[in-house]
Amino acid sequence: MIFALNEEQKLIRQTVRDFAEKELKPGTAERDETETFDRKLMYDKLGELGLTGIVFPEEYGGAGADYISYAIAVEELSRVCGSTGVTLSAHLSLGANPIFTFGTEEQKNQYLTPLADGRKMGAFALTETAAGSDAGGTKTTAMRDGDSWVLNGTKIFCTNGGEAEIYIVFARTDKNAQKHHGISAFIVEKDTPGFSFGKKESKLGIRSSPTRELVFDNCRIPAGNLLGDQGSGFKIAMKTLDGGRIGIAAQALGIAQGAFEEALNYAKERKQFDQAISTFQAVQFKLADMATEIEAARLLIYQAAYKASAGIPYGKDSAMAKMYASDVAMKVTTEAVQVFGGYGFTRDFPVERMMRDAKITQIYEGTNEVQRIVIGAAITR
Amino acid sequence: MNLDLNAEQKLIQQTAREFAAAELAPLAAELDRGENQTAFFTNLGKLAALGFMGLNVRAEYGGSAAGVVAFSLAITEIARACASTAVTLSVSNMVCEVIQAVGSDEQRHTYIPRICSGAYLAGAFALTEAGAGSDPAGMTTSARRDGDDWVLNGSKIFITSAPYAGVFVVWAVTDKTAPRGKGISCFLVEADTPGLTIGKQEEKLGQHASATNEVIFSDCRIPSDALMGKLNDGYRIAVAELAGGRIGIGSLALGLGLAAMDSATRYSLERKQFGQRLADFQSTQWKIADGFTDLEAARLLLMNAAFQKEQGRSFARAASMAKLFATESANRACYAALQIYGGYGYTRDFPIERYARDARITTIYEGTSEIQRLIIARDILTSFN
Repeated sequence: MIFALNEEQKLIRQTVRDFAEKELKPGTAERDETETFDRKLMYDKLGELGLTGIVFPEEYGGAGADYISYAIAVEELSRVCGSTGVTLSAHLSLGANPIFTFGTEEQKNQYLTPLADGRKMGAFALTETAAGSDAGGTKTTAMRDGDSWVLNGTKIFCTNGGEAEIYIVFARTDKNAQKHHGISAFIVEKDTPGFSFGKKESKLGIRSSPTRELVFDNCRIPAGNLLGDQGSGFKIAMKTLDGGRIGIAAQALGIAQGAFEEALNYAKERKQFDQAISTFQAVQFKLADMATEIEAARLLIYQAAYKASAGIPYGKDSAMAKMYASDVAMKVTTEAVQVFGGYGFTRDFPVERMMRDAKITQIYEGTNEVQRIVIGAAITR
Repeated sequence: MNLDLNAEQKLIQQTAREFAAAELAPLAAELDRGENQTAFFTNLGKLAALGFMGLNVRAEYGGSAAGVVAFSLAITEIARACASTAVTLSVSNMVCEVIQAVGSDEQRHTYIPRICSGAYLAGAFALTEAGAGSDPAGMTTSARRDGDDWVLNGSKIFITSAPYAGVFVVWAVTDKTAPRGKGISCFLVEADTPGLTIGKQEEKLGQHASATNEVIFSDCRIPSDALMGKLNDGYRIAVAELAGGRIGIGSLALGLGLAAMDSATRYSLERKQFGQRLADFQSTQWKIADGFTDLEAARLLLMNAAFQKEQGRSFARAASMAKLFATESANRACYAALQIYGGYGYTRDFPIERYARDARITTIYEGTSEIQRLIIARDILTSFN
């Protein structure tokens, strides 16, 4: 048992923190205010740093690092900008990883490599208006027509939507099959005729990360873009989300850590009743609880990441990590606003943004209600 | 990062689990009713024979030298079956460790083997007083120099294992004029020393088999070499060395929480209402999911603290975080488990109500949750400059 990061993991933390502090942080508030996705800064730079394919083998343009390194990278980005954190997580875990895990050699060479090396960006399209937590309710269809598949339907809430070049799209290929068995996964490129982008969501938080509707209107893609076996889409989606939960848990952790540090520094400076508010037990206890819960969340994430890299089943662990870390992020950011008092409610300080950003981590990548079902089922099975 | 246990740690965990299931679990309800103290003592002897009284103690003193992670694992497994046995074990281990850390060579060779071998049923800490709980610097028990001896006067309360401990680690004021916390020293006092008497045994909510008593010192004369560590360095010893005990109590709480959640989960798979098993209701699934998630986080915090201590790194903050989180989580888990059991959980036909009673003290002793938060916050505030 070793509770310590290795040299590579420490180096990644330092590298990403330097980038985050120097380049990402100064514009975070403005990007949030104007809902601006700065592709160069929030994605291309990550490619230059070797983060866009951090867990994939070098032969596919990756960095060959482990899942703990990946979690650290997402945490450090999210510590100053939750939107950049989710950009990387959605790209890597949801866009690129299904191709790595389920793709053919040809698909990996054609699609994974440019995603991993950062030339292209990935996204994941599962959710529909009537299929949220219940992905089995997918209505988008894919009909076989000669050497093509023809997609029809609408996906919503697609992170990186409109910006990404490569989309993993889930569609029903067999209307007669039982709910979960008639769904297949496809690789769809941006600019394919019949594939267009609908409404861009205006959101409470992660406002500089684009969330968009995808519309497929007789969108014809090559037969070779079927990912995995026909009818195995639901399984691919669930497996993919298991890994994605590590990314979102790390995003939540980063947001919480950022808010904690803001609150801590403020508490040491802010004076009331002639003393720094950090000398009051009421504030000290908040800080102690925040720090303890953040540490617990971090260890749950590292454990899930450790198992993912070691080839040990980790579905329950990543569900625990995601649920716990996101609940902690919501709690810690809310308490951070409380420590700042009225100032915390203004946009002059970052904690209100962090609180807004934290909320989505309890919802996406499987709501925490769904995580509890996953965990409960894993235990009582 | 490597979160796997090594072979020795797994072996100790397995040994503790098997012993707990075979010897402790069948007795726990009886001990809780205040019966069969003989069996309780017999089991302490068996645990000593297994090497569990000095898990993180060097072999030259009769310890097992298995490390802090192994200590934590063993306490958790024992507590799954009997928290009273686990607390006796945890405190005795810590007495050994404190003597090893600050005792003289002679003190180490005299007392540690007696605890590790089972010659003493237990060791005890005598720090708390009626007016000095979370604030031990407020103690009034005194040690006065008289020729070559020390003479102790005063009274300690809430002393775990007092009636059957072979040796007490006693804190007393040796310099009344010194600033707060600077005039306290630490002593080793044998149980049969004249002037040491065991007072009232507390009637408690839980952990019934573990005796908790007042210990009275009335002109209790001990030799000069009973002083442990440096003169007037006792407060620092208490603060520094007791951090390890927090890993023990956190581990104990984890064992109780796991026992409660395991039991309730099994029950939920059998019990039917409205035509389906309780486990099929989301409200039950959520209690199970939250309970086990909290306990898993607690386990990792404990393992982390144990690892840091084992590596010789500073671990006070990690131990306080682990103790705070594990004990609070265990209490929540026990009450959630009791709720799953419904009315049956409130009866003594099932062990749940005992787990819940036994868990309650864990957020209080070995430093209350409030004190843990103070320690954590101070450590962060001073290290974040």
